[in-house]
Amino acid sequence: MSAAAEAGVDRHIETAQAPGAAESFYRHRAPVRITHWVNVLCILFLLGSGLNIFNAHPRLYWGRYGADADAAFFSIGAYDTPKGTRGITEIGHTDFDTTGVLGWSKVNGQYAARAWPTWLTIPSFQDLADARHWHFLFAWILAINGAFYLIWSFLTRHIQKDIWPDRADLKAIPRSVLQHIRLRHPTGEAAKRYNVLQRLAYLGVILLIALMVLTGLTMSPGIDAFFPWLLDVFGGRQTARSIHFISASLIVLFIVVHLIEVVLAGPINEIRSMLTGRYVVPKEHAQ
Amino acid sequence: MISGKDLTRRAAIAAGFAGAGALVYSANSLTLNPSFGRVFRAVENWTRLNQRALLAGGQLAREYSVADISPTFKANGTFNPGGEEYNRHVAENFAIWRLRIDGMVAHPLSLSVAEIRKLPARTQITRHDCVEGWSAIGQWTGVPLGLLLKAAGISPRARYAVFHCADNLEGEPSKGGEQSPGQYYESIGLADAFHPQTLIAYNLNGKPLDVAHGAPLRLRVERQLGYKHAKYVERIEMTDDFSRIAGGYGGYWEDRGYEWYAGI
Repeated sequence: MSAAAEAGVDRHIETAQAPGAAESFYRHRAPVRITHWVNVLCILFLLGSGLNIFNAHPRLYWGRYGADADAAFFSIGAYDTPKGTRGITEIGHTDFDTTGVLGWSKVNGQYAARAWPTWLTIPSFQDLADARHWHFLFAWILAINGAFYLIWSFLTRHIQKDIWPDRADLKAIPRSVLQHIRLRHPTGEAAKRYNVLQRLAYLGVILLIALMVLTGLTMSPGIDAFFPWLLDVFGGRQTARSIHFISASLIVLFIVVHLIEVVLAGPINEIRSMLTGRYVVPKEHAQ
Repeated sequence: MISGKDLTRRAAIAAGFAGAGALVYSANSLTLNPSFGRVFRAVENWTRLNQRALLAGGQLAREYSVADISPTFKANGTFNPGGEEYNRHVAENFAIWRLRIDGMVAHPLSLSVAEIRKLPARTQITRHDCVEGWSAIGQWTGVPLGLLLKAAGISPRARYAVFHCADNLEGEPSKGGEQSPGQYYESIGLADAFHPQTLIAYNLNGKPLDVAHGAPLRLRVERQLGYKHAKYVERIEMTDDFSRIAGGYGGYWEDRGYEWYAGI
């Protein structure tokens, strides 16, 4: 039994190996591919509309309440200084001058007070009502898409076999970290299954999306009346709102690393595999 | 060999990406497109149906302890309605301010603030959630709206309570243009109107409401966002249809694109 077979991906390998030809196999089944791209679209719109919503009150707090008079641990604002109006981002007690991008940036060619700039928000102009419409439209699609993915993945054991790391995976973490740092990607048989860092990253992003949904719901006064325990789990509406923002930031970090890895591992092969399902196994490194 | 099936699949994938790209690129124009607005309305209706189904049991909003009260309760929207008439009411300490309850009712009522203060009261410490994202916790005292509506004897045809307010909130800029000024108003359905925590409130944190927080009377409708909590209420109109009032969407902010059922 090969390592790949043990990992449970054997059912999906249809090796089409002619002598001398590159070995390819069916890596991503249709439900994975479809939910992946629906998710891409959802996250794009949720991030953009989320930043527009954030602009309506660009301050974050811990606890049950939080408004202008309460201490924020993160804020973006425009302030008059001897050097003119500056965009100031405050993290903890440290101020950063972020003029031009955060706090004070150009809107239709003229500088204006705006937490996140026009080119990052959906819609680009500031409108809380419309940003909320986009946010809820894609929140529903994300939730339905995510629920379908989770149910399918558990039933077909995709999560258990392909994503959940086993004991051997966990032991391999130091080696995998070293390989990633040296930008060496698995080849041959090892490339047919997700490596442990991939598994942890995918597991992490699934948990982050679940956290986004739950903290998003905790911000709803209606949902809070129905599920008051959400407030206890997250420690209050304002803490939930802050976790919502931090989780979104971590998802952005995941996307950046994910895209870098796609480029490093061979963008055409990787993107093709998420479109058609077929993945060409990288050949063994020359000894 | 590329089969016809492969070509169809490639065309579908290409179309998918083109469609997704176009959607992102045209997000602004879609936002302003009335036809696409129907998609948003459909989602809003779907969200409302889900929330109403969840809250059909009349669940209460969480009530907090005195220790949880915000040191400063942020005021928002209108800070002072101003105008000769309202200023006179402030000077007279709202002695002749009256709350009228009319429309589809058997016995229209007109009550002074002093009369309302003598009615059975409810005091609750609740969290006020603004659509902008901030929250403040405060202690509210007032008469349950359901008591007033029962006293007025609402018609079986009545479906909404519409709150007419003394403040005119002016020109909130939006969508790149100025918005029309307008008299503030709000409306809620009967399930929320008769909810035990829905109050016509006159005290905040044990003191009579100040002007910034809606003196002398304001609505508390605890399972919805802040803009539903109309301030400076002078008239409650029972109706079966709010589409003929102002912009027709049931509230000042609703007429400007916000959700009528503001549970999220």
